[in-house]
Parts: sequence; C-alpha cells; structure tokens
Amino acid sequence: MSSVATENRPETGRDVVASVRNVTKVYRLGGEDVKALAGVSIDFHQGDFVAIMGSSGSGKSTLLNLLGCLDRPTTGQYFLGGNDVATLDDESLSRVRGRYLGFVFQSYNLIQQLSVVENIAVPLAYQRPTNPDGPELCLRLAKLVGLSGRLGHRPNQLSGGQQQRVAIARALVNNPHVILADEPTGNLDTATSLEIMDLLDALNNAGRTIVMVTHEPDIAARAKTVISLRDGKIESITHNG
Amino acid sequence: MNFLQQLRLGFRSLLLHKLRSALAVLGILIGVTAVIWLVALGEGVSYQAQQQIKNLGATSIIVRSIKPTEESNSEGGSRSGIAYGLLRDDYDRILANVPTITKAMPMREISREVRNGEFALDATLVGCTPEYFDINRLGIERGRPLSAADMEYLDNVAVLAYEVAERLFPIEDPVGRAVQIGDEFYVVIGVAEQRTASAAIGGSLAARQYDKDVYIPLSTFRARIGDRVITVRGGTFQNETVELNQITAVVDDMKAVDSSADIIRDLLRRYHKLLDYSVVVPKELLEQAETLRTMFNVLLLLIAGISLLVGGIGIMNIMLATVTERTREIGIRRALGATKGEIVQQFLWETVVLSGTGGLLGVAFGFLCGPTVALVRRTISELFPEVWRSLPPNIRDLEPLLAPWSIAAAFGISVGVGIIFGIYPARRAANMDPIEALRHE
Repeated sequence: MSSVATENRPETGRDVVASVRNVTKVYRLGGEDVKALAGVSIDFHQGDFVAIMGSSGSGKSTLLNLLGCLDRPTTGQYFLGGNDVATLDDESLSRVRGRYLGFVFQSYNLIQQLSVVENIAVPLAYQRPTNPDGPELCLRLAKLVGLSGRLGHRPNQLSGGQQQRVAIARALVNNPHVILADEPTGNLDTATSLEIMDLLDALNNAGRTIVMVTHEPDIAARAKTVISLRDGKIESITHNG
Repeated sequence: MNFLQQLRLGFRSLLLHKLRSALAVLGILIGVTAVIWLVALGEGVSYQAQQQIKNLGATSIIVRSIKPTEESNSEGGSRSGIAYGLLRDDYDRILANVPTITKAMPMREISREVRNGEFALDATLVGCTPEYFDINRLGIERGRPLSAADMEYLDNVAVLAYEVAERLFPIEDPVGRAVQIGDEFYVVIGVAEQRTASAAIGGSLAARQYDKDVYIPLSTFRARIGDRVITVRGGTFQNETVELNQITAVVDDMKAVDSSADIIRDLLRRYHKLLDYSVVVPKELLEQAETLRTMFNVLLLLIAGISLLVGGIGIMNIMLATVTERTREIGIRRALGATKGEIVQQFLWETVVLSGTGGLLGVAFGFLCGPTVALVRRTISELFPEVWRSLPPNIRDLEPLLAPWSIAAAFGISVGVGIIFGIYPARRAANMDPIEALRHE
C-alpha cells in the first residue's frame, strides 16, 4: 500500500482530505475488458501538491476522473470529506463535486458567453446553501489571480494565461478540499506556464491541496510529490525538495 | 440560482444567436396572435349574428310568405296569375286562436322607385301597422312613427329609413316634405334610426335590410297599391297576388314560443294547400347560432393550436441545436457541481423564455386586432369604394371582440408549449456524460 503521508512522510499529523483505497476501473471496449486502474491506493493530505505522471494509457486520466467524482470506480473506495463517495448516485456526486472539488482544465473550459467575474461565480450557482458573500468573493479571487482590471471581459478577449487564471479563480470560489488540475499548462507557452505554476505554488503555500496530472517532467518537478503510474498501477512515488 | 438569475441567464444564452432565437419566437408569436385574432373575429361574427337575432325578438314568431315553386303552382295557377302567401284571414285566425300572443303585426312589402325631384332610388315599400317600429325595435330619429289615425284615414304618409332619407334629402330635413311613389305623393312624417341588417331568416330568405325601407300604413298600401302586382319579366307579364308578406307575432313568454309556433303551423296547414309560407322562430335561430358559435370556436382553436404546435416544434428544433452546440458548457457546469436537474432547469428556462417572449409579443399583437381591422376597412373603403359597397353589411360592420379568455389561454398554451417541447432537449443535455461532454470540441 502506498500512502504519501503514512509511509514516506511519517512526520506530519496533517488531515487526510482525500483517500482512494484499492480502486480499480474496468472499461468494456469492443467486448473486451480493459483494466485502466488495477488497484491504486493513495492518501492526499491537507497542503499536498501532488503531480501524477505517466505515459498515455497509464491510467492517469482515469484516476483524475475518479478523483474528480466524474466517474465511479469499478471496485474500491474513495473517501472525500469523510464519506465514501465511490458508490454515490449521480446527484450526490454532483453535490460532492460542487462542495469539495475545484477543477482546472488544460483547455481552461470557461463559458464563452459569461464575463470573467461571472465565470468565476459559476460554481456558486450550484452551492447549497447559497453563499451570501459570493459576489464579493469573486471580486477578491479575480484580484488574487491578477485580473481585477478585466472583470467584464469575455474569455475570447483574454490570453491563454489569463483564461487559465480565471479558471484557477473559479476553482477556488467554493473553497474546495482539493484542486484537481488536468495538464494546466498544456496549452500555454513556457513563460506563461511558469506564471501559472507560480500561482499554483502560491496557492499551495497558502495551504491548498493540489493534485495535478501532467506529462511534462519540468512541470511535475514543481510539485512536492510526484506519483508515476504505469499500466494502471503506481510505479513510483518521489518527493521533491 | 434564483428565478431572476435563471431568467437572465436564459435571455443571455438566447441573445447569443439573435436571429435563430428571433425566428423561434416568431413561430410562437404567430401562433398566439392567430389564436387571439381568430377568436376575436369569431366572437365578433357571432356577436353580430346574436344581436341581429335578438333584434328579431326572442319572444317573436315570424311567418313569411313564400312563392311556391313553378311545379306546384301550375295546378293552382290560372290565367289571371298566381295567388299565394299569407292572407288577412290568416292574421285574424292567428290572433283569435293563439291566446299567448300579446302583439301581432301584419306586413306587406314591394319594390318601388321612390323619388324626390331629381333624387330617386329603388326602395322597399313596406306597408305596416304602428306596432312595426316597436316590434322591430326600430327607433325614430326625427319626426314621428306611423299612428293608428294614419291607418284609419288611409293617409298618404311615409316614414323613411335613415339611408333613404340621406339619399333623397341630402341637404334639407325631409320631415314635412313629400316623396313620390308611383303616381302618388306621400308626406314624410318621420325618419327611422340607422339600423344594420338582420340575420337571414330560415334558408329561404335573404337578410332583411332595413336601409332601403319606406314605411307607409298597411291600409294605405292596400288602397293605393293593392294585392295584385304585375311585373314584366323576360318579356312576359307576371301577375302575383299576395295579401300579406309577413306576420310577426309576439308572445308573452319565451317558454310559450315553441308551443305557440306549433299552433300557428297547424292553423296555417289547415287553410293552405301549398306550402307557401314558412314559420321562423328567432329563439331557435339564437340557439342554433349558439351551437354554431361553439363549433366555430372549437375549429378556430384547432387551427390556432396547430400553429402553436408548429411553433413548438420550431422551438424544439432550435433547442436541440443549442444543446449540441453547448455540450462543452454542459460538461463544465456538470463538473462544477450542477446536477442533472439543474441542467434540465437551465434549458427549460431558456425554452420558456423563448416561448414566453413569443407569447407576450403575440398578446401585444393580439391587441392590435381591432385597429388592424379598422385600418383594413378604411383602406378598402377609400382605395376601392366599389369593392367596399359590394361587400355584405355583415362584413362591413364586423367588429372583432377580444376575448379575455383567449388571451390568457394563448399565453398559457405558449408557455406550456415551451415546457413540453423543451423537456426533450433539456433531458438530452442533462443526460450527457460529463467526461464526454468536457471532451467535446
């Protein structure tokens, strides 16, 4: 069993915010079972910055989908916010996503017809109960990611780096337990990639838990922990610094 | 999200494709306007018909003379021409035998040229009793109606219909002046109020038009013109003898109408060999008109319903396109916490905004029905006065009546159409796999 904290970093008493136990995921493709994940167990602690690496087909996207509650494991457990969410129904999974998770995508995934500040506010629309400080919070987050001068802009009026900043602000608006980033710098040039990584670093230093999927080693090197997947299993866990 | 936010979001999404949304709105708009206009016109027509029938009197029974067909009168006819229709004796018999009758009025009418100097027109000369004005609810605008004394002294006096007075006396007041009918002169004692045509009575008679009437006492009519009328038709003389053209009887109670009409029918059957009369009960016409109105409204609603259905299909079409186009957005919203229900809601709001906008605009256009009809009427009467005059008075006087229920129904149905036709696209959006949707280009 591979646990980031218990085995490799025994010194911390930090809370486990997310934990997968022996999860497997089997797809049926063309009448054949394909095992995308073959028993993975990881604990994510408060303040972790984990990069998941692996070649195409290693299962990293599948793992991220499971972590993001966008999919359910075939077997195994996934504890998030103290509950096993592996068996929840669709509606409950939606609520879990809205409450505990923040998403940053490779292609930003902003809603084109909404302005910067409205895009940041989208997750708030699905919060129960409604956050009364929502509008103010959005402005604060826009400022945090350095976009307070562009609140009314539409995504197509922003550069890729700026769009990704909006996405990061949006991922923070529901105060998630974990921020899941899927190739966050995949569409960006080197300089902008570094800026985005600086931003994620800063968030991590402020106590945010970040799980990032990437195939770029120099981006992965910015994380505190790198987990390599191969054939649906954890191949190695490396601690940086 | 609260109600207002949903509404705002819906509007904004639709504004992304202004033309497309506008076309979808147009579909519903036309449907709703069609419902309101068709019902308003239908109500106008039936109101007119009912007014006309009511003017005939719901408690009255009308007996008219009918010229028998050629075949049937060949045996009864003679060289001296044919005699048919109601007799003065019939009038007396009806009065004597039907106790429920409170008022009755015999009438004789014929086409005659009426002249005032160079002004002349073909009028309907009506010989009647003073009760005529009361029974037909025909008011007097100037002067006085016919009186019992006029009847008694066989006076040459006449009451002109409003239009006749206008045509013969364009400038001066006709009361006290004389008009010429045939060789005789008649003193005008009164002018009747303007009056629209009454409904067609039965199948055999055209609508009674009051605007060409000249009323003289029945006794004067008999003395000066007589029962026998000789006309030249197709080069041969035709010779008809008619004593009375119509008897109008008024009974005391609506309930007595049917039984009284039956007695009158029996009475006439006994004394007439030919079916040269018809008994018309306006109350029955009223009931028929009511049934007809219901059927008419159902038909109109059916037509309008079809147009709303077509509008709804238009909306569904557009929403399906929208859902496909916005697959990515749906994936994003799902990832960020939206449940299926919330996605369904979002898209349903959009369709309701579409159809509701169409509905509201449709209602607004619906209110323009009256002014539009008035405009069309004015345009035709000014640009094509010939066409205008040839139109039947029913159409010239048609006033659409906005029915409040039709406005509420049309708007309600349009929103309902939006919801019904929005459910499928919205469910399709909600049932997308978020992972697939996020990958969608």
